Amino acid sequence: MYTKVILVKDTDLKREDKTREFYTHLLDYLRGSNLHSQIQVVRVADIGVYDKGLVIKILPDKIIYCNVQDSDIKRIVDSTLDQGKIIEDLVFKLKAKQHRLVLRNCGKINPESIEEYIACGGYLGLKKVLGELGQQKLIEEIKLSGIRGRGGAGYPTWMKWNFAREAASTEKFVICNADEGDPGAYMDRSILEGDPHSVVEGLIIAAFAIGAPKGYFYIRAEYPLAVERIHKAIKQAYDFGLLGQNILGSSFNLDIEIRLGAGAFVCGEETALISSIEGKRGTPHPRPPYPSVKGLWGKPTVINNVETLANIPVIISNGGKWFSQIGTQASKGTKVFAVTGKVKNSGLVEIAMGATLREIVMDICGGTLSGKPIKAVQTGGPSGGVIPEALLDTPVDYENLQKLGSIMGSGGMIVMDEDDCMVDIPKFYLGFCVEESCGKCAPCRIGGFQMLGYLKKISEGKGVADDLGQLRRLSLAMQKASLCGLGQTASNPVLSTLKYFEHEYNEHILNKRCPAGKCSNLVTYEIVEDKCKRCGLCVINCPVQAISGGKEEGYLIAQEKCIKCGRCFDVCKFKAISKK
Amino acid sequence: MKKIIQAKINGILLRVEEGTTILEAAKRVQIKIPTLCKHPDLPPSASCGICIVKNKGSHKMLRSCCTPLEEGMDIITHDPEIVEIRRTVIELILSNHPNDCLKCARNNECELQKLTADFGIKEESFPQFLRDLPIDRSTKAVDLDPKKCILCGRCVHVCQELQDVWALSFLERGMKTRISPAGDIQLADSPCVRCGQCSAHCPTGAFVEQDHTAQAWKALQDPDKYCVVQIAPAVRVSIGEAFGYTGKNFTKKLYALLRRLGFNAVFDTSFAADVTIMEEASEFEDRLLHGRRPLPLITTCCPSWVDFMEKFYTDMIDHFSSCKSPHEILGVLSKTYYAEKNKIDPSKIFMVSIMPCTSKKYEITRNDEMFASGYQDIDTVLCTRELVRMIKQAGIDFDSLPDEECDSILGEYAGSGVIFGATGGVMEAALRTAHYFVTGKELKKVEFENVRGLKGVKETEIEIGAKKLKIAVAHGLGNVEYILNKVREAKNNGKEMPYHFIEVMACPGGCVGGGGQPYMVTDELRIKRAQALYQDDDQKQVRCSHQNPYIKRLYKEFLGKPLGEKSEKLLHVHYKARPVYVK
Repeated sequence: MYTKVILVKDTDLKREDKTREFYTHLLDYLRGSNLHSQIQVVRVADIGVYDKGLVIKILPDKIIYCNVQDSDIKRIVDSTLDQGKIIEDLVFKLKAKQHRLVLRNCGKINPESIEEYIACGGYLGLKKVLGELGQQKLIEEIKLSGIRGRGGAGYPTWMKWNFAREAASTEKFVICNADEGDPGAYMDRSILEGDPHSVVEGLIIAAFAIGAPKGYFYIRAEYPLAVERIHKAIKQAYDFGLLGQNILGSSFNLDIEIRLGAGAFVCGEETALISSIEGKRGTPHPRPPYPSVKGLWGKPTVINNVETLANIPVIISNGGKWFSQIGTQASKGTKVFAVTGKVKNSGLVEIAMGATLREIVMDICGGTLSGKPIKAVQTGGPSGGVIPEALLDTPVDYENLQKLGSIMGSGGMIVMDEDDCMVDIPKFYLGFCVEESCGKCAPCRIGGFQMLGYLKKISEGKGVADDLGQLRRLSLAMQKASLCGLGQTASNPVLSTLKYFEHEYNEHILNKRCPAGKCSNLVTYEIVEDKCKRCGLCVINCPVQAISGGKEEGYLIAQEKCIKCGRCFDVCKFKAISKK
Repeated sequence: MKKIIQAKINGILLRVEEGTTILEAAKRVQIKIPTLCKHPDLPPSASCGICIVKNKGSHKMLRSCCTPLEEGMDIITHDPEIVEIRRTVIELILSNHPNDCLKCARNNECELQKLTADFGIKEESFPQFLRDLPIDRSTKAVDLDPKKCILCGRCVHVCQELQDVWALSFLERGMKTRISPAGDIQLADSPCVRCGQCSAHCPTGAFVEQDHTAQAWKALQDPDKYCVVQIAPAVRVSIGEAFGYTGKNFTKKLYALLRRLGFNAVFDTSFAADVTIMEEASEFEDRLLHGRRPLPLITTCCPSWVDFMEKFYTDMIDHFSSCKSPHEILGVLSKTYYAEKNKIDPSKIFMVSIMPCTSKKYEITRNDEMFASGYQDIDTVLCTRELVRMIKQAGIDFDSLPDEECDSILGEYAGSGVIFGATGGVMEAALRTAHYFVTGKELKKVEFENVRGLKGVKETEIEIGAKKLKIAVAHGLGNVEYILNKVREAKNNGKEMPYHFIEVMACPGGCVGGGGQPYMVTDELRIKRAQALYQDDDQKQVRCSHQNPYIKRLYKEFLGKPLGEKSEKLLHVHYKARPVYVK
């Protein structure tokens, strides 16, 4: 029986693949040792590490060695496999360290076990709050920590809590906003699924802070596992006396319920979320009054994001002062980003505030998968902006990102390389916002729709010089006259691309060319005569018979017939189709 | 007492009560911030984004309609950037609105059109986008053209909160958002009670009364028809608004006007209101003294209210007065009593009602009982706004029209008849006559001030002889629930009834605030209209319906006695439960 598995993969794309060669050598050596029958060697297509030469992964120990040479085989087998010693100079190390505060337990504990959470120090924060701190000191501690809302706007958490605490009302509510909806973002989902008790604990503490006897989880229905885990966590908390009457023997009572969202993006906006919980159409309302004064059913209500709440227990356990030492002057603590796009190692990354975008994208996530240079990074989801490569050394915090025309947002981060078109990207995000606009207010509803029309026109090669002026004018109206954050920020992707990549817009408008080759209407496919081997594969694959000719005279693409599907370009094995 | 705060608007220092919106505060220093979705009757919906202002030092702009002025604010209401953004927003709304103003019912009276003109917008800045949505004409009273809707949300708020009908809601989202009954059904199949408050509050031509002026013109031009017209109490005090007068009573000018339009006989619904009182007060006397049917008695002059009750309060049917609404009574009397007396073939009579109301358009064919004369008792209902159009089409100079008297035998009314147009009016009129019927004595003072005014629910106690009567008056259907729940609770628990007599009018303010009245009504205007009615009552020699000599003559010559056989046949109806949603 095998006790260990070794995965092998050559991750160096620049040379010929040496996986098979190394695999044979490793097997040969193993056959000569007494471990032969216990170890299985598997060649894999992807090992999760890139550009690190020959990489092996030893399971179940999860040891990763990189830049492995044939000469290392002996010591790997003899010391690691046989004696369990780790070879330090081969171990795969991340250059920049992540700072896992929020994700402290994710992947480490069984999320369905309250015992495991408690074993890791869980609910100690709550105990401290109920036992020693009391409301006043708790809020002071949160103030000292400097934590700001992780949902996007970065409003100081202690202030929200304090307004609601001071509001004179016997009925108050706390709500955990788990209506994560940015395309490509899944931080909140991972926390809810991986460490639900940290959020439950955070919500109980928030409820205590303002004196609320009732709390809600507002989770989108598309997150069934998160709903299930939170449901279990709440039940366990009741069983352990952490919810219900006289929590931990104190006089504090709290009941928590789950409400499911139907997946409307706008319901992540506080006032729309409140309407949704009240059973009404999820549309935003004018603020003030702010929810902390007049919220759910007209009562003072605190709404905190999942990540904010997951931070609360550690802040309490370690003290606000400890937390305030992490991060920058104005932005304390860590932030979880969901890094996706053209990056090698996509996934969740938690960094201390102040780490640079370049550290996140290059050091933690390993740069682009294609090896092509990074063009830009998009942060903040549909409300955010595009940050060009030249500005990647900017330290990440609320203010810096805003200065660059983007926002922190909830933590979506999309990496783009040369193949991404800077007209296409805002078109995608704006399309999302137009789709998700609740339709209540005119600037957002019609403004977004009209802007999208201009972007479509430009990407189809029908743009005129005046269109950029119209886009700017509409952006301003949307920013200033929209009722809620969705409309006010929906134009950010357009404005930031106009700011940094106006030349790309002009290429589309003036020269009818898409530099990234993304906008299909503006791409021309042609056959490169001297590279063509006349195999005829393109002819067979063309869905509209736009390619004519034969083996003798060569082939030609009839431009008036071509639908720019790119099929010929993809199937040609000799790079004999040019795309301009 | 509220705190006083100090702030600046356009550099002008002002002190206002805390909680005053920037929009309101600006008015006090003579600054008019443009608005579109805001209506004085309603809380701000904050949907249009036109009333934005700047607060110095903040990069955000604020919606002045819903943002309270705060201590130390330094507000700028007009600068090139703000004006440009407002203009962009208007242009955006125009890009999603058909530009067929010339053919629109709201031409010259459209709030969007006015704003467009104010901003000097002369060309289309953005490509036009319209959805192909059908016009809903199903109610026979109010038409909904969703293409013209700018989604200000006024109608939804009015329908849900003010009227508690919940026929209208927003459907879908984003650019697909539209106003419709839930479930995307037709209005006639929805809970809609056709009160027309949506049309009275709509800033554009999305909700308009169904136009029946063509029918009226056709009849007037037909030599074979004998055209009879009646005007409702509330019309005489609102029609002047179209010509620049507010709170003025134009009864006699209207009589002259209607003759000029070509009507053969001009009557007054106030006379029929006196008949209503004779019947209703008798009914009340009967219930109070003989208890054949239960108390409280509930008034039924308002067809929207009747519709609402038949849908939502079917357990109250026994309490409803069986008496028809006044204009229907006048219709049936015209085609019977008047026709007989003047030897006119009733089949040739074309009866037009000029009403402040859209619901009456639907009422005239509601059921067989609306054909009591053997013909359709009322042929066409025109609301005040339609009459204004007819005046303009006829080329009549309203201002210089002479005063004329109405035609005899269905015109002369007592003071009681005309106050029907204001909330509490029916109650007051009924009490004047009921007092006489119950005690046999005339009142020394006929005014009942406690039932007047715009308070949503008015409850009071009065004495008729030795009896103490508890009465309640509600206007705006949203105020009904409070009263009827009390009745319902007493009924269900076998307790003493909380009231003896209840008046309900569907529209806020009663008929003076009717759904077919001139646009942009405010409480201030409702009060002025009502005051003009009370003044008319005040100046009348005859104040009580039962004292009206023409009423006495009517009963003597034709009807016999109130609740008599003929009255029952011609003037009374039956009610039945109706489904809230028609499948």
